Amino acid sequence: MNRNLIIGSLLSALFLLAALVSFIWTPFDYTALSIPDRLQSPNGTHILGTDHFGRDILSLIMVGARTSIAVALVAVGIGMGIGIPLGLWAAARRGSLIDEVIMRGNDLVFAFPSLVIAILITAVFGAGAINAIIAIGIFNIPVFARITRGAALSLWEREFILAARVAGKSAARISVEHILPNVTNLLIVQGTIQFSLGILAEAGLSYVGLGAQPPIPSWGRMLADAQTMVSLAPHMALMPGFAIILTVLGLNLMGDGLRDYLDPRLRRTRS
Amino acid sequence: MIRYTLKRLLSLVISLAVASVVIFTVIEVAPGDPASFMLGLNAQPETLAALRTELGLDASKLERYVTWITGMLSGDFGTSYTYRTPVADMVTQRMWVSVPLAVYALALSTVIAFPAGIYAAARRGRAGDVGVMSATQLGVAIPNFWFAMMLVLLFAIKLRWFSAGGFVGWDKGLFAGLHSLTLPAIALALPQAAILARVMRSALLDVLGEDFMRTARAKGLTARQALWRHGLRNAMIPVLTIIGLQFSFLLAGGIIIEQVFYLPGLGRLIFQSISARDLIVVESVTMLLVFAVIFVNFTVDMAYAAVDPRLRART
Amino acid sequence: MSLLSIQNLTLSIHSFDILHDVSFNIDAGEIVAITGESGSGKSMTALAAMQLLPQGAQTTGRVMLGDDDLTQRSEAELCAMRGNDIGMVFQEPMTALNPVKTIGDQVAETILIHEKTTKAEAHKRAADTLTRVGLPQPRFPLSRFPHELSGGQRQRVVIAMAIALRPRLLIADEPTTALDVTTQAQILELLVKLAREDGMGLMMITHDLAVVAAMADRIIVMRKGEVVEQGDTARLLHDMQHPYTKMLFAASSHEVTLPDITATEPLLEVKNVCRDYRTPRKTLFGKPGSFRAVNNVSFELKRGERLGLVGESGCGKSTLTRALLGLEPIEEGSITLCGEPVFTGTKPNLAVRRHMQVVFQDPYGSFNPRHRVSRQITEPFHLLDTPPTGAERQQVIDEALIAVGLTPADADKYIHEFSGGQRQRIAIARALIIRPDLILFDEAVSALDVSVRAQILDLLAELCETHNLSYLFISHDLSVVRTITDRVLVMKSGEIVEQGQTEDVFTNPQHPYTKTLIEAAPVLPDLKGATT
Repeated sequence: MNRNLIIGSLLSALFLLAALVSFIWTPFDYTALSIPDRLQSPNGTHILGTDHFGRDILSLIMVGARTSIAVALVAVGIGMGIGIPLGLWAAARRGSLIDEVIMRGNDLVFAFPSLVIAILITAVFGAGAINAIIAIGIFNIPVFARITRGAALSLWEREFILAARVAGKSAARISVEHILPNVTNLLIVQGTIQFSLGILAEAGLSYVGLGAQPPIPSWGRMLADAQTMVSLAPHMALMPGFAIILTVLGLNLMGDGLRDYLDPRLRRTRS
Repeated sequence: MIRYTLKRLLSLVISLAVASVVIFTVIEVAPGDPASFMLGLNAQPETLAALRTELGLDASKLERYVTWITGMLSGDFGTSYTYRTPVADMVTQRMWVSVPLAVYALALSTVIAFPAGIYAAARRGRAGDVGVMSATQLGVAIPNFWFAMMLVLLFAIKLRWFSAGGFVGWDKGLFAGLHSLTLPAIALALPQAAILARVMRSALLDVLGEDFMRTARAKGLTARQALWRHGLRNAMIPVLTIIGLQFSFLLAGGIIIEQVFYLPGLGRLIFQSISARDLIVVESVTMLLVFAVIFVNFTVDMAYAAVDPRLRART
Repeated sequence: MSLLSIQNLTLSIHSFDILHDVSFNIDAGEIVAITGESGSGKSMTALAAMQLLPQGAQTTGRVMLGDDDLTQRSEAELCAMRGNDIGMVFQEPMTALNPVKTIGDQVAETILIHEKTTKAEAHKRAADTLTRVGLPQPRFPLSRFPHELSGGQRQRVVIAMAIALRPRLLIADEPTTALDVTTQAQILELLVKLAREDGMGLMMITHDLAVVAAMADRIIVMRKGEVVEQGDTARLLHDMQHPYTKMLFAASSHEVTLPDITATEPLLEVKNVCRDYRTPRKTLFGKPGSFRAVNNVSFELKRGERLGLVGESGCGKSTLTRALLGLEPIEEGSITLCGEPVFTGTKPNLAVRRHMQVVFQDPYGSFNPRHRVSRQITEPFHLLDTPPTGAERQQVIDEALIAVGLTPADADKYIHEFSGGQRQRIAIARALIIRPDLILFDEAVSALDVSVRAQILDLLAELCETHNLSYLFISHDLSVVRTITDRVLVMKSGEIVEQGQTEDVFTNPQHPYTKTLIEAAPVLPDLKGATT
């Protein structure tokens, strides 16, 4: 185990736990408005302070973690669920028309400025968590398709794949039996990276009002609310910002750590 | 080389064609009729019909697509439903904010990232490397709009070195213009610089492991000479890819940053048009951004060929 | 005084012992070969002489160049010396050159960093040096990029870079291992010529004892980081002292006796086979060109026969192998096994495929790292209509493993627990498990150390006895093909240029290409000291 992996996993676990706990318990009711308590700096009662409606920021962050994690996770799921099979398919039929079509399609999605299209989708079909998920998820598809194809292509040239072909196995079966298990590590690592990018994207969309809608709390919207108050109550901007940074940092560290841990070449030189 | 260029050009044209169809379709299926939106709920059906004809909304989909595309090709981006001014004029005006901002940010990002990445690669595993890499980990994790808010808090509200938002306009002089774009550019550039520095470092480390680097050392080059003369140019191939992707990200990322700083750029134009259901503006600006990205990617492909003689020879 | 004197050199990397108490001398004008199997530390010795050691390397002992102890020199002093006093040539010419710089710039660079001279002058001298290594102007202009040259030509450029300043010592680390046998002969000749002309010391690192015997004045044999024996070539070859040296030389010229064959029934019939590859379009909308990788190849392999196929890289033997296995369609001709075509319509014929298996070259790439041995070797069961199950399956696995000299307990292990030689045994077990009529050995012993190679060849001879094998043995290594086959095909540019009884072809080659091939291949002289 390396340091990155430990710190990263702990940070990620912390926020996952916060999200899960928020289903049964938060320090305060995150929907309860209390004008007299508004804009409190962090103190004994409200550890992270209160917002302009007097809501407890810690409670909002805990519930907001739920939104962020759910959106990012489903978006990664969409990317993996569609991207990996496409990548495997393209690699199995490398050089054919279908490979060309899949890869050109990928290039095309890459060519769209992702945020612009995400904004377009949410704007046209309405703001909301579901559309945010779809918008982020679409851009995860080519990422996974490309990385799967790239890794699979080099595997297809390996002799153990030739041996499987000599044993008469079909391309589909070889893809599932031999290729997929050997690209899993790579996909897990990429998965954590896309997860963290998803959290950033969700925060960005919510910040401009195109993500999760009130009353569902989200980190991006908390920041949007904080913007006008930033000189008055900087903690309103600082706290959700720290939540985003720590979560993303945790996931990235975990990804880096996993890459080192799962890469047998690196492991051999370490031990 | 000619074949390589032609092939890239062909792929550019195809990408643009497909992109235009996609954008047109998305806008088409968008709920809400711009004409009724403009006239409000109590509009008379006759007035509505008249407006629809005037806006060209009653033509068939194919006709409207063709009109739109041929218009764009001749520089006519249509007329804004809400402002009743040519979209081209609005876009040109806004571009003078968005494009300089993206270029400014890209320059900043490159200026920060190259030395940082090269430094970290040269000191691989040592304190300097660990320091730079930790900083980039943090840089990657910071949302740029949050960073923008913090910059405003520190440099505009507390220190009063910069204004908190708005754009003075280029007619106030180059310096004043750049000054008012500085905070947004920093906010945009920092996370990108972190990514670019990491790519630079890992590309260099990959190259350092190549056989020809050992050959260079065997000739008597110092580690530093080998890095500069043989390492950098080979490492530029992945780095160029990322710079290309970043430019599109900076153009798009500008949309959110423009919101933070109230900058009259393309991003704000898109937002205003979306809320006003001014779809012709949304459509044209999106297409323009996509064109910019595809064109930058084309330029990057051309740059590859300049860097790598193998590409010039092949295809 | 010696030119290079390595004294009691001990080297460890991250507390792994790499070299132990290595001592030897190289005199000016002397050609010294350092030989040994993988892991002997011969390459690390070369890097130590250059003081180009990997990070974390710790050394004791001395590396004397003249009266300079290189281990005591600063990095700046070492840089001034590398390329100027010592030049080095590496194994892999395809990657040893910077792909984005011209060959002229790369050769001139050696001159420019060590001497104060103009760019034009350096390029002029680079051109002279390139001419000297056999790349004359204007046929090979300085503006060429590495990718525009063949492997052998690239190796000449690397040599030009190393000798541009006429260093006192040239170190060549496996300089011909990646090259074809005819190219190898030319490069070796060039290295010897340069060393003799300039009175340059040449340290030649190679695993190939035939190369060593042919060119070295002195031989140093290494094993596991130690020098086990050294001496003048003539003396050492005829009076080996150390048992390892004897074993090494014996294994290099190892011969096996194959059982006599009786059957005459044709098993594999190849008739007029052609295979084309598409090449990129010449113009944007033009038709793609095509390249005929296999041209009108016909041969027959009888049941019980051991057939060899030799040729240099790019001759089409890999393409032919793939076509035989039914992995790729062919444009013309027919391939039949037991009278049935291996490829029907667009799909490979599984019923035929089960009569044929293959063993590949790379013992490391031949197995899925995530599966256990039992799963790896039973993969061909997929070809059977009713694969064995339960105890019967277990028994078949055990038998296959025992047949290749492993134990049934190995079935539950993962592949990384085995050495290269053991992996090749497992690959043979996988090929044997469904008792195919024909096995293809595709460079199956080429990646192995000589001692391991000898064991695998013994195993094959043994299996011929017990399993009555028929096989096609594809290799670039003539000495191996000579001992392990009955009949041989010689392939060049996609065509079979000669075929016949192995011994006949080797002793009395008919085609000029076969003659060149056999002449170019270095052979060990008859050795008395070697024991089997």
